Amino acid sequence: MSFIQIFLLGMLIVCALAVSLTKNLLTSLIVYMAYSLIMAIIWMMLESPDLAITEAAVGAGITSVLFFVTLKKIHAIKGDREHE
Amino acid sequence: MSKKRSDWESRPQARIKKWFFDGYSAFDDEIINQISVKTPDPVNHAVYDAYIDEISANKHERKLMIEKFEDQNVRSWINARGRKVFTRFYVILSFLLACLMIFFLLRTVAEMPRFGSETSPGINEVTARYIEKGLDETGAMNIVAGMILDYRAFDTLGESTVLFIAASAVLILLRIDRNKDGSPVMELIAEESDDRHYEPRNDRILQGAAKVLVPIIFLFGIYIILNGHLSPGGGFSGGAIISAGLILYLDSFGFEKAGRFFTYSTFSWVSFISLSFYALAKTYSFYMGANGMESGIPLGTPGAILSSGLILPLNIAVGMVVACTMYIFYALFRKGGL
Amino acid sequence: MWELLYENLEQTVSVILFGIGLTILLLQRNLIRKIIGLNIMDTSVYLFLASMGYINGRKAPIVVDGIQDVEAYINPIPTGLVLTGIVVAVSFTAIMLALTIRLYRRYRTLDIDAIMLLAKGEDA
Repeated sequence: MSFIQIFLLGMLIVCALAVSLTKNLLTSLIVYMAYSLIMAIIWMMLESPDLAITEAAVGAGITSVLFFVTLKKIHAIKGDREHE
Repeated sequence: MSKKRSDWESRPQARIKKWFFDGYSAFDDEIINQISVKTPDPVNHAVYDAYIDEISANKHERKLMIEKFEDQNVRSWINARGRKVFTRFYVILSFLLACLMIFFLLRTVAEMPRFGSETSPGINEVTARYIEKGLDETGAMNIVAGMILDYRAFDTLGESTVLFIAASAVLILLRIDRNKDGSPVMELIAEESDDRHYEPRNDRILQGAAKVLVPIIFLFGIYIILNGHLSPGGGFSGGAIISAGLILYLDSFGFEKAGRFFTYSTFSWVSFISLSFYALAKTYSFYMGANGMESGIPLGTPGAILSSGLILPLNIAVGMVVACTMYIFYALFRKGGL
Repeated sequence: MWELLYENLEQTVSVILFGIGLTILLLQRNLIRKIIGLNIMDTSVYLFLASMGYINGRKAPIVVDGIQDVEAYINPIPTGLVLTGIVVAVSFTAIMLALTIRLYRRYRTLDIDAIMLLAKGEDA
């Protein structure tokens, strides 16, 4: 178990916690995008390059874009405070 | 004093505490007051204003209705504080449930076979068969592609169908129709003006960058699809990359230009042809005996681009379905139509 | 137990991520956050599956130099399963986001409890 692997796995947990603890919806979405990219790197380290490409394109790309458009639709992207 | 208080509230442990204890106070009065105030930012557009006024009137009625309902049923209950205790109890119980679940699953993980060991029970004769015979039977260098598009091809057909059904569901949920004579309805005008309110229109930098980037992204996506049986990648990832290029084009040049080559009929025809080609091809292949028996489809030399039988056309079909579906997701989310 | 957990670090992390996602799903009232929590649970299950297929010192299942030996490549089956899962995850995320937009258009809020209250008020 190399250092970089432990570091990446720790960052996964940190990102997952940060998603729920940040106040702003846009911030938590960007953190989720970072989570997906870290996941892509971990799959590269688990010797599954198919999964890495798919996760980077679908998970970090398309899903995040859909989330961003939704945020724009519900007018949460301009205000600095989320409305609960 | 107030500054100190806000200072304390902005610190992380206070935020965690607030989230922990006060996060679930649904029946408080302040939330009911908060519900009604949010309106979209005003746009300098007469029709849009009228639309917003109509919504606001509805909202006022709704608020009155809530207040009436609240007075009748809930008010006494809220003031009795029983509800607050219940919500706090709920928070603690959820945490306990999650912790218990993590604990038991961790006990299970400790009993699992070691990570990276060669003797784990997941590695059995199926794996051996896929690896040893995969290249001879499917002709694909990428064993995963050979697996999901040859041995387990109906699985992938179902997956593509799931994507198509999801696109149809989003179409039903978000599409805004025009009037019979083609004139836009009020909701569509409101959505369009709202859409343009935030978007940069005819932005030189964005268009210049898109002119350079979009062909390269398309080329990369096509490369990934066509090399799906030789290298990592395949229909799903390549289709997603192509749809990313399409989305970039749509964002920089607008719906008018994108609508010249992508309409509803493009979506339905591409999806229909790809899915039915997939189903027919695999039905033929399975009918003739799938497991490396003679089906009249040449496998070619492994490593060449035109090899491995049906895997290359199936990859192209899957890639086209995925690209169309992702693009139509984006268009529907943005404006409710193409 | 702790040494064993450290040896299976990938699976441990995936279990913890599953718990975090479940907690987000239970405790957050914002619909968007709930959807992100569900996605995190998804990804944790994929991590668990993919880590089951990994074998130390072996390479990705792409045939190089004509070597067709079980001893040379990792297990390709979890990769195929997870590939299916990722694509299905994005489609259900899209459907849930579309439902969220519809709910927002009707009730002008994302709070699940407020939406329940408003819906009750409409019925009454």
